Amino acid sequence: MRYTRNPIIAALSAVALFSCGKKEEKAVIAEDPAPKALKVYSANGVSVKAYDFNGLEHFLKKQNDTTYVVNFWATWCVPCVEELPHFEKLNEKYKEDKIKVVLVSLDMSKQVESKLLPFIKERQLKSEVLFLQDPDQNAWLPKVDTTWTGAIPATVIYNKEKRKFFEKSFTYEELEKEVSNFK
Amino acid sequence: MKTIKFVGLFLAVGLMAAFTVKPAAGYKVGDVATDFSLKNVNNKMVSLKDIKDAKGYIVVFTCNHCPYAVAYEDRIVVLDAKYKKLGYPVVAINPNNPEKQKDDSFAKMQQRAKEKKFTFPYLLDDGQKIYPQYGATKTPHVYVLQKTAKGNVVKYIGAIDDNYEDAKAVKTRYVENAVDALLKGKDVPVKETKAIGCSIKA
Repeated sequence: MRYTRNPIIAALSAVALFSCGKKEEKAVIAEDPAPKALKVYSANGVSVKAYDFNGLEHFLKKQNDTTYVVNFWATWCVPCVEELPHFEKLNEKYKEDKIKVVLVSLDMSKQVESKLLPFIKERQLKSEVLFLQDPDQNAWLPKVDTTWTGAIPATVIYNKEKRKFFEKSFTYEELEKEVSNFK
Repeated sequence: MKTIKFVGLFLAVGLMAAFTVKPAAGYKVGDVATDFSLKNVNNKMVSLKDIKDAKGYIVVFTCNHCPYAVAYEDRIVVLDAKYKKLGYPVVAINPNNPEKQKDDSFAKMQQRAKEKKFTFPYLLDDGQKIYPQYGATKTPHVYVLQKTAKGNVVKYIGAIDDNYEDAKAVKTRYVENAVDALLKGKDVPVKETKAIGCSIKA
């Protein structure tokens, strides 16, 4: 939706600009559209878009008035699965308050269809789930955060002004507290 | 005396809790790594100093349960086959607390070592005392050590190679390149890499 809306506004404002002849081009800056997924995995009404890190970066540096909570996890990672309900709760509770959870799965490619998709369906995950398909981890890990040693779960909380990285598990209270610092 | 110990423990736990957000401490390239005495799957204790004719060691923190560790098992066996005879044997250590991670129990380690025909020691970090000194945070996590007059010097820290998913699609073999360089008396080309792994459960 975001992809189509902005160009229309941009077009409308361009028309308005033309008609009154004022220089106000800067008023509307369209957000970069979401990159094209490498592949879309689907089964049983659930689908997940796969991105390499170049594609994923779009979701790590959006410049709008929303605070994003990007959690790196995998179905095989026990502490990740344990904390997922906290991220789901946060996403649900604050969905009207410009807070958005993005769950980036680091499952293996061959397990997307056998593990990840069934997991999303079974748990009825409501947060957006993306699949990061980029095995050259040493190339992209430091771009998420230079202090990240590679253990998961790991979480980035950011908005256009602030950014914080956590290589740890969260309780719901801790997560809510950290996100409240971003308002 | 007991009270002092107790208070000390209390303080230590408090300090640990206070620092958990910071990156784990541990060795950097150039540091001298500690030796250890840990129980192998054959019930014998193993120390680095006991391994004869070693010029260094490929210390791999790995375990049974982690899919990333499993993805690398065969490649770890290949590393040992290639480098033990050249003086750089693999020494694998399971850092997980079996109380927290049942699949990483000593009995299951023995079973896994047998199934996969491990040619190297597979040790249990009983009490989880060794991995924090190294600074390992996940499995697999490799430390290449070179035996020198001042001790076992850390020469490489990180991943085995650049593709956990597909051994055939690997472009850069970090550990092999490091050991090859050491064998030739050269500087290790890439001294540190990052990779995803399963966080260690203490």
